[in-house]
Amino acid sequence: MDINKYMHVLKNAEDLTTLCDTLLKSKEYNSEKIYICAGGGCIASGSMKVKDAFVSQLSNAKLDGTLEIMETGCLGPCAIGPVVVIGKDDTFYQKVRAQDVKEIVEQHLIGGKIIENLLHPVDEQKVSKKSELPFFKNQDKQVLRNCGKINPTKIADYIACGGYKALSKVLTSMSSEQVVQEVTVSGLRGRGGAGFPTGTKWNFARKSQDTEKYILCNADEGDPGAFMDRSILEGDPHSIIEGMAIGAFAIGSSTGYVYVRAEYPLAIERLQIAIDQAQEFGLIGKNIFGTGFNFDLEIRKGSGAFVCGEETALITSIEGNRGEPRPRPPFPAEKGLWNKPTVLNNVETFSNIPLLINKGGAQFAEIGTEKSKGTKIFALAGTVKISGLVEVPVGTPLRKLVYDIGGGISTNKKYKAAQIGGPSGGCIPAEHLDVPLDYESLNKLGAIMGSGGLIVMDESSCMVDVARFFLEFVQDESCGKCVPCREGTARMKQIVDRICEGKGEMKDIDELEKLASTVTNASLCGLGQTAPNPVLSTLRHFKEEYIEHIRDKKCRTAVCKDLIVFEILDKCNGCQACKKVCPVEAIHGEKKQAHIINTELCIRCGLCLSTCKFEAIVKY
Amino acid sequence: MAKVEKCSCGNDDEGLLERLEEIIISFKEKPGALIPVLQATQSLFGFIPQEAILKISEILNEPLSKVYGVITFYSFFSLKPRGKYLIRVCLGTACYVQGANEILTALKQQLSIEIGETSPDKLFTLDVGRCFGACGLAPIIMVNDDVHQWVKPSDVKKIISSYKKQKEVNKEEAI
Ligand SMILES: Cc1cc2nc3c(=O)[nH]c(=O)nc-3n(C[C@H](O)[C@H](O)[C@H](O)COP(=O)(O)O)c2cc1C
Ligand code: FES
Repeated sequence: MDINKYMHVLKNAEDLTTLCDTLLKSKEYNSEKIYICAGGGCIASGSMKVKDAFVSQLSNAKLDGTLEIMETGCLGPCAIGPVVVIGKDDTFYQKVRAQDVKEIVEQHLIGGKIIENLLHPVDEQKVSKKSELPFFKNQDKQVLRNCGKINPTKIADYIACGGYKALSKVLTSMSSEQVVQEVTVSGLRGRGGAGFPTGTKWNFARKSQDTEKYILCNADEGDPGAFMDRSILEGDPHSIIEGMAIGAFAIGSSTGYVYVRAEYPLAIERLQIAIDQAQEFGLIGKNIFGTGFNFDLEIRKGSGAFVCGEETALITSIEGNRGEPRPRPPFPAEKGLWNKPTVLNNVETFSNIPLLINKGGAQFAEIGTEKSKGTKIFALAGTVKISGLVEVPVGTPLRKLVYDIGGGISTNKKYKAAQIGGPSGGCIPAEHLDVPLDYESLNKLGAIMGSGGLIVMDESSCMVDVARFFLEFVQDESCGKCVPCREGTARMKQIVDRICEGKGEMKDIDELEKLASTVTNASLCGLGQTAPNPVLSTLRHFKEEYIEHIRDKKCRTAVCKDLIVFEILDKCNGCQACKKVCPVEAIHGEKKQAHIINTELCIRCGLCLSTCKFEAIVKY
Repeated sequence: MAKVEKCSCGNDDEGLLERLEEIIISFKEKPGALIPVLQATQSLFGFIPQEAILKISEILNEPLSKVYGVITFYSFFSLKPRGKYLIRVCLGTACYVQGANEILTALKQQLSIEIGETSPDKLFTLDVGRCFGACGLAPIIMVNDDVHQWVKPSDVKKIISSYKKQKEVNKEEAI
């Protein structure tokens, strides 16, 4: 079944309304559905095999005429995928395999009996309804409203859900000034990291007299551990196109580019399909809705450089150069792409726009905190039970995300910290679990809201090592143009390396703090300016771990290799397995007698530990 | 019968270079064409051969130094041929805290190569990535476009041999 067959070129706003009504009344739209997640995560876990199994099982059962299979964008709980939702009774099945499908069709769809062992357990109980699961119940899906409900490759699905209504409203009944005003009233702040007010940015560009202007969407999503933008691109690409078209109208531009990182092939594919469809039906291109407004949109692929997420570097990269940032001012709103006024916004920011226009700025602002409006999508990952994609009102406490939505820590260890904001951000320790997730509160703790990557760490993570990890990241990704970032981060990394190797001195801590302030103040772009944050934040909340590394030459988590000791316990039965695998012959002992490790020779590779079947080797 | 190798990539480069020329010309009028052209070159040859750099510079009228400068700036472009399978270990935050480093070590041991190197049989190139956006399934490795999730160091051997087998199957089919 295919509601795409109702589609035709939309010549004016009435055409859109009529089409939407037709779609809503169509038999296809109202048929019962089985939703199968076709987000990147679930595809990796095998959801396409599950879909194929449904196609053949439904046809065997002669149900293919009444039930529709809907391949949707990311539903959220990636860790328990592939996930399937049975539309008629909202049953949520997790970790579905192709061989489970026959049972679902025969027992549930025909027999009406829910398959217990595919349900997600909550506190030992099985909850069947998606809407009653804590993971979903505690969220407020506004921007992700269509993710998981529509097929992202079918424009008809988007239109049936009210898609392109905001664009039609803007083009037929609002002036560019009114659009900017509405965005300003909404209080929407950029979701790319810095939280700059979107209305203000648009207003700068709108006021420019230049006739050539550009609108760009930042889909570079470089923060390692973040996948919000990916999921929107893959799950609801039309919302980005619609948001960009509205932005273009507001600032007076007729050309847009979406800069997508090359690591996201599926996102690029789905966005291209969406652009082609929007063009085919007259929703972008020339004379949209007969109003004389033109808007062309093109994808530019990144080529694997983190710094290209920074706005001026992104612009330089689209121009065909090495993606090095430029000094600001002039700001892009004044001199951006090809020196023309340019607005650059993040994927999630654009996705908010149709919602905001439909609701009206004032109503949009009802969600959130006083200074930060609307919702925010977070990519929850790390040692949390249900890692995945979640959306909550700005200002929701961190604890709610980790425990109520994420189900708590996935290991038998305790929560230690949540890293938020990636290489520009910081770590939130357990005593601040109740911090509201908004720009101001996070800044106060030395973290940032960032783009929404949120990595939960349990007690097995070493915070000095985490700082070293991010320094290595920024060192690798620094474009090398300015000295403070290129050399300063290298120097900081040397010091942290030394501390991790047990060669640190107490004065290193002061040295790190001094260097951090130079790098922050003197770097050219945001990459360098924020690069010391992970170090500063771990120093602030976990200083005792630095001191232990330096003074006691001890890493309490046994992560820092040079500070680990391996020891064989008395219960060793002398099976000799460890002795055989040791690459440096550091293990001695007779057969059937407890062995010993010579710590002088040991290179701490850990092979003995992973080889021992009797848990007779420990590291500390 | 074995083909006479004309270019370092082992492909019949005449056909590919002609194809590349068409691509460059089709992009020529676009503003900022250099990067899309290099991306097309990379996917056509699997790397960016010297002959291609000369052609791109000539047709797009960009100095060789600029083309080279752009290639070396971005990690997706490679000046050396890569193996049939590009293995990328994610070292993004989520994967890192879930033990990605141990997987990298296991891969290095198993393949006896370092990051950026290609195995002598030209089958595998080992590289690292910075998040593939599949953090919910960490730790991740990518082999070409295939995602392998929840990887443990002990899985590495199995994954590698599955690609070796694939290669054998392909060979048989070709015969
Ligand atoms: C090093 C660096 C990397 C960045 N990466 C991204 C990114 O991947 N995605 C993004 O939207 N913004 C990124 N930003 C922020 C952008 O420069 C810019 O502020 C943002 O895209 C503006 O959009 P917004 O106002 O909608 O947030 C990055 C900034 C810096 C300094
Ligand atoms: S951190 Fe590895 S996929 Fe994101």
